[in-house]
Amino acid sequence: MSDDVIWHCIRHNHCSFMAKIETGIFCRNPYNATGICNRSSCPLANSRYATIRDHDGVFYLYMKTAERAHLPKKLWERVKLPRNYEKAMEIINKHLEFWPKLLVHKIKQRLTKMTQYRIRMRRLQLKVREKIMTVPRKKTQRDLRRLEKAEKAAQLDKSIESELKERLRKGVYGEIYNFPFKQFDTILDMEKDELAPEIEEEEEGEIEYVEGDDIEMGDMDDMEDFEGFGDEDDDGDEDDDLDEPATKKPKLPGSDSRSKIGRKSTKVITEVEEDEDRGSRQRTRM
Amino acid sequence: MAREDRKRRQPDGDEAADEGERRGRRDKRPKEEKPAPPLPSEIRNKEKRSEVYAKLKREKKAQKRRLGRERGQAAQRAAELGEEVPEKQVPRTIENTREPDETVCRPDDQELFAGNDADEFNAVLKQVVTPKVLITTCRFNSGRGPAFIKELMQVIPNAQYVNRGTYDLKKIVEYANNREFTSVMVVHTNRREPDALLIINLPEGPTAHFKLSKLVLRKDIKNHGNPTSHKPELVLNNFTTRLGHRVGRMIQSLFPQDPNFRGRRVVTFHNQRDYIFFRHHRYIFEEKEKKIVSKDKKSKGETKTEKQINCRLQECGPRFTLKLLTLQHGTFDTKSGEYEWVHKPDLDTSRRRFFL
Repeated sequence: MSDDVIWHCIRHNHCSFMAKIETGIFCRNPYNATGICNRSSCPLANSRYATIRDHDGVFYLYMKTAERAHLPKKLWERVKLPRNYEKAMEIINKHLEFWPKLLVHKIKQRLTKMTQYRIRMRRLQLKVREKIMTVPRKKTQRDLRRLEKAEKAAQLDKSIESELKERLRKGVYGEIYNFPFKQFDTILDMEKDELAPEIEEEEEGEIEYVEGDDIEMGDMDDMEDFEGFGDEDDDGDEDDDLDEPATKKPKLPGSDSRSKIGRKSTKVITEVEEDEDRGSRQRTRM
Repeated sequence: MAREDRKRRQPDGDEAADEGERRGRRDKRPKEEKPAPPLPSEIRNKEKRSEVYAKLKREKKAQKRRLGRERGQAAQRAAELGEEVPEKQVPRTIENTREPDETVCRPDDQELFAGNDADEFNAVLKQVVTPKVLITTCRFNSGRGPAFIKELMQVIPNAQYVNRGTYDLKKIVEYANNREFTSVMVVHTNRREPDALLIINLPEGPTAHFKLSKLVLRKDIKNHGNPTSHKPELVLNNFTTRLGHRVGRMIQSLFPQDPNFRGRRVVTFHNQRDYIFFRHHRYIFEEKEKKIVSKDKKSKGETKTEKQINCRLQECGPRFTLKLLTLQHGTFDTKSGEYEWVHKPDLDTSRRRFFL
């Protein structure tokens, strides 16, 4: 069949390789050297045609001639192209010596393009890249549910507190805190041995003292103000913001940092009294 | 005193019992009229069904309460008579019905301790080397990622942030190795939300990949405190199995081993059901006098005081939860890396099986 007849059929009737899109008419035939659908680069309508194909990174030069047009099995003659670009060029020159210049030019262009994309592909493959994975929604939801339950079971604050107290008891903190642990423990032991009454009496004495303080709560409020005012000055970030009732609790007897703070605050108060500068005092209290 | 207590209590109990009986009789009457009461699920009228169901539930609850009361009374009676008090019932939890794991370490596990001495974290934990941590991100870091890293830097002393740029992680590991970092942390964000944490121990330590969830930053925590720059102390809870030990030691090696106790800062990694909860607190010990009002009638109004040492906490963020996905032998290498442990879906077949 004549090339012109074939081209007429392809162009004006139907070609299954043709792809008409907005940018133009393209060809999907793997033997097409340019990918464009026109008379000169159609692999079907040209009895003399050549192209380059890529088989897993190896390039082959494909050529077909009119002499073999009646033998579909032997239609294409295949020559392997070396990896080296220049050597590949030489081989193309050798095999396509007397071919139309336009076709040779197109094939050389294709070779350039293909070597470039092969280099790019290799480079990209060597590069470490992030892999995008799917997140199974059902599993994440289940995980979140279990997490919430585990959090409740953990009782985090409680376990941390108990751990810290355990450390204090074991003496990890050394001399920093001066809680009279030994006395405390002995008291506990004595209570266990039912020697409690004596201690209770002692404690009762203490209790009466505390109650006496409680009665004078009206005065105590003022005192607290003083203390608070002292605290705000130098102890602000220590424990004021922990929670409110903390300031009402009696100061620790033994801890040195605390006692220092107490001394400082009293100092400030005395200064205020000497100056009798009420305005400034109120301002600070505010 | 106890006898009086009982006197006071007993009539209550009797009344309650009477009530129960009366209620029972009242319940019985309609039942006698209708020989077979239908199950609530069989009733098609929704209003009626919910009514019946509520009633059933109420009865069940009352019965449960009654049983509990009876048990309590029995225990009290036994205690008064000097008999053996029946054992208190322990509720079944997922923790105490956990599937037995043979690698859960015992206190006399010589093999484990020998292994500990030979592992990669030994140099840091024996204080031969001070830990130095490099923190970096994934390539596109935005949203809460930077804020999270800022807070993480305050938590981990001697941490340094390095911009990720477009470097490969392997290059960064190499860089960190040259500068004598002991670990690399990578915070991975997805859709502007930190969702994974990668911890690489250097120079040849393992690589742990954690899923990060439920992140709460400091500013979103109510009544949060601000941490000081003291070296924090560490609380690692419940890392029991071999794998758990290893992960625990890995986490431990991020922090300096000589905490400054005066800073009163504590960083907690608490493992519960394979979720590792991270919390960061400031604490204070307090001596508190606890008043116990005695229930005796004679000494009414008298109070006992008991000195107790209290520990109060203030959270200073961030707060997040980790879940181990993989533990890899050697530094980060996804292609030819050897995994010590990988979480696979078929490990999830039982909810009572835990690995940490």
